[in-house]
Amino acid sequence: MQVTINGKNYDVEKNTTILKACKDAGIEIPTLCHDDRLSPSGACRLCLVEVEGWKNLHTSCTAICKDNMVIQTHSDKVIKGRQEVLDLLISNHPLECLTCEKSGACKLQDYCYEYGITEGTYRWEMKKPYFDSSNPFYNFDSRKCILCGLCVRVCDELQGTSAIGFENRGFETNVATPFNEGLINSTCVSCGNCVSVCPVGALEPKSKEKFRYWETRDVRTTCSYCGVGCQMDLVVKGNKVVDVKPAFDALNEGLLCVKGKFSYNFLSHPDRLKRPMVKKDGVFVETSWEEAYNLIVNKMKSVKEYYGSEAFAGLTSARCTNEENYLFQKMFRAVLGTNNVDHCARL
Amino acid sequence: MTNSISEIRNTDAMFVIGSNTTENHPIIGAVMKQAKKRGAKLIVADPRRIELAEYADVFLQLKPGTNIALLNGLMNVIIENGLQNDEYIKNRTENYEELKEIVKDYTPEKVAEICGVKAEDIVNAAIIYAQADKAGIYYTMGVTQHSTGTNAVMSISNLALLCGNVGVESAGVNPLRGQNNVQGACDMGGLPGDLPGYQKVFKPEVIQKFEDAWGAKLSGKVGATIGEMFEGIEKDEIKFLYIMGENPVVSDPDTNHVKKVLSHADFVVVQDIFMNETAEFADVILPAAAFAEKDGTFSNTERRVQRVRKAVNPPGDAKADWEILMNIMNRMGYDKNYANPSEIMDEIASLTPSYGGINYDRLENESIQWPCLDENHPGTKYLHEKAIARGRGLFMPVDYVVSAEMPSEEYPLIMTTGRILYHYHTRTMTGREDGLNQLAPESFVEINPATANRLSILDGERVRLVSRRGEVETTARITEIIDDGVVFMPFHFAEGSANYLTNTVKDEIAKIPELKVAAVRVEKI
Ligand code: SF4
Ligand code: SF4
Ligand code: SF4
Repeated sequence: MQVTINGKNYDVEKNTTILKACKDAGIEIPTLCHDDRLSPSGACRLCLVEVEGWKNLHTSCTAICKDNMVIQTHSDKVIKGRQEVLDLLISNHPLECLTCEKSGACKLQDYCYEYGITEGTYRWEMKKPYFDSSNPFYNFDSRKCILCGLCVRVCDELQGTSAIGFENRGFETNVATPFNEGLINSTCVSCGNCVSVCPVGALEPKSKEKFRYWETRDVRTTCSYCGVGCQMDLVVKGNKVVDVKPAFDALNEGLLCVKGKFSYNFLSHPDRLKRPMVKKDGVFVETSWEEAYNLIVNKMKSVKEYYGSEAFAGLTSARCTNEENYLFQKMFRAVLGTNNVDHCARL
Repeated sequence: MTNSISEIRNTDAMFVIGSNTTENHPIIGAVMKQAKKRGAKLIVADPRRIELAEYADVFLQLKPGTNIALLNGLMNVIIENGLQNDEYIKNRTENYEELKEIVKDYTPEKVAEICGVKAEDIVNAAIIYAQADKAGIYYTMGVTQHSTGTNAVMSISNLALLCGNVGVESAGVNPLRGQNNVQGACDMGGLPGDLPGYQKVFKPEVIQKFEDAWGAKLSGKVGATIGEMFEGIEKDEIKFLYIMGENPVVSDPDTNHVKKVLSHADFVVVQDIFMNETAEFADVILPAAAFAEKDGTFSNTERRVQRVRKAVNPPGDAKADWEILMNIMNRMGYDKNYANPSEIMDEIASLTPSYGGINYDRLENESIQWPCLDENHPGTKYLHEKAIARGRGLFMPVDYVVSAEMPSEEYPLIMTTGRILYHYHTRTMTGREDGLNQLAPESFVEINPATANRLSILDGERVRLVSRRGEVETTARITEIIDDGVVFMPFHFAEGSANYLTNTVKDEIAKIPELKVAAVRVEKI
């Protein structure tokens, strides 16, 4: 099948959406409610395109390519259509970008910048605000919600928990738990997968740290909790991890659980061990690496001399890296001369 | 895992046994729920009505310690109804006749009695598993932490072979490994009988190879397991204990005994990121860097080797574990120096065939599932594709035997242990996360309303649990999740720790303690 996009011809497979065809062709279409992993919804209407022979603009995420279709993605009509969509959204959105934590990583902010929208031109009453701060890890602020539905679909289709849905109708529609009982009283398991997909500041982690996304850098790594091995980006400001984002191009496909997503504050906890310590008369006192090493090495040498290699035993760690486990067993085998190495694989 | 996590999305049937997947491997649990939505069938066997049970086509709430009976029962139904994969059995397996002989006695009625489940559910489960084109079995400690754990694992493999599910995409035998790098710790030779890549210490040619590579004299004598180390310390044979990143006082069975052993040891080194219950017994404590403070790799439950990258500096003088170990080795006169973990990986690759093609250049842009034999090898998505690793799949039929400790008059309840979603292992990390403590603040014991009624225990009341080894106080949670006569305790909490009660009796082959079954009584305080 062939389609023409912005005057150029492209081959596409049957049943391809216009959005996908454009993406494959390297043409950026703005979206707020689209996620490749989820069923398309067409809720935000920002991905409008013009198709020759069709009277109205169409949402490209739901329209399927037809043979010889002629598509315009950035015609004046399309740009106007998108500006109208953004205008409507921002007219009903508090302009709190100065204090909003999402600023700098907010898709609505980015698109308003791109399409030149300064403030909403529709002056109407704001809907009744609804806040839910009952979950220990994140807040919900309905005033900022653009009803894209990503959170609801992720929770249902990918996380499989279905803790949240749309409540009420029409203008008063909100994302909420059943009966508005609050997240803490719902079936929510605090995985934060809804937070990770929210394009705006409606679902926000309760950060311990104040930071701006433009002050941070991302470091791709592997979650340190369970054996699934999810990939994630640690968001680092200075010498501190301030947020965690799931990786999409990895086995976890953009999902994390509560531990991977939110449990990173132990890293900078004041209880962290910072200096080597030796026990003197039953109490631990801080010491230097030099002294600690000397103590250990002298003891190793004397035990080896008096009792032999079999007097050593070591528990290596299912928490440490491969390289560290390798060195640990190598130290026991090659340096101390024993195979007395084990770890709690069985627990 | 013989197969990969992503393959679960395309499976036809899942049999989850002894794994509370949505809490212990949440993302695998999510993928299972996605598969269910797409039409895959789900069988769940667990003593607790776990979340996955709500989605299951068949849920078997079996008594702890009866896995083997159930598995034999399923095979009995399959063979009686001629649902086995004869073609596969003929071409790819051995010893089928013996299996047939042993499972013959395990009729659904008899097994229903042993396991405390309905006979018709056993039949239904067997039919679902056998009729699926591709069916995967997923299990964890609920299968292995029994005195008969190794046998149960064999039973699982028998079932998979019987229906031709080994060496097939989206099927397989899939132990879900608990800790982030427990797979890697085993791969790297963190075992008393195995050098890296499961090369056996008792084989002279293996020892020769490593002696040449390392330039050191090595012992060919299989070393001590954790349990044997503790015995060795008690007998004054082991003097020096080095513990890196583990907390056996909370995680190991029979806490009182572990504490006694540690205080008896002559010299204990603990290397960790926090002070913990085990470090209290140390002579020297070394401060280590956490995962975000160092470079390295972890190997996940599907054998996937992935990078860990340094994002921030360790606090104070803390150092990466590899650096500490290298410094000690150097001071002991072993001169090998590594500039970074990438150089260590190169040495690993040169000595470990299954990691042969793994290096940091490749890992920069991809993750690799071992076996990965050389630099051009793409890695291995699922094992035994061409043939079962040892040539043919061997059926190893086993009989059910009762757990080491059964309920008695004095200890009438069975206690089983496990993990919960909101904490991790001994809580050294998660216990310092306010939000997680809010969601799961303290130790508890789950008790069925019927059991609780008999003992006149109310929800939220403090109770005392007593076993032959010790006692703890904890809070009662009255819930239908657990069956009458069985109680469940998470083992994360040092205060009110389940492991004061657990049994150290071990599986004879794998040396895994029977943490899943202990006889206890519950008392009102
Ligand atoms: S945190 Fe997870 S379970 Fe809770 S509402 Fe969000 S996606 Fe659903
Ligand atoms: S909370 Fe966020 S993700 Fe959910 S509907 Fe609103 S804007 Fe979309
Ligand atoms: S994010 Fe959750 S499921 Fe993923 S590896 Fe971490 S602990 Fe496991």
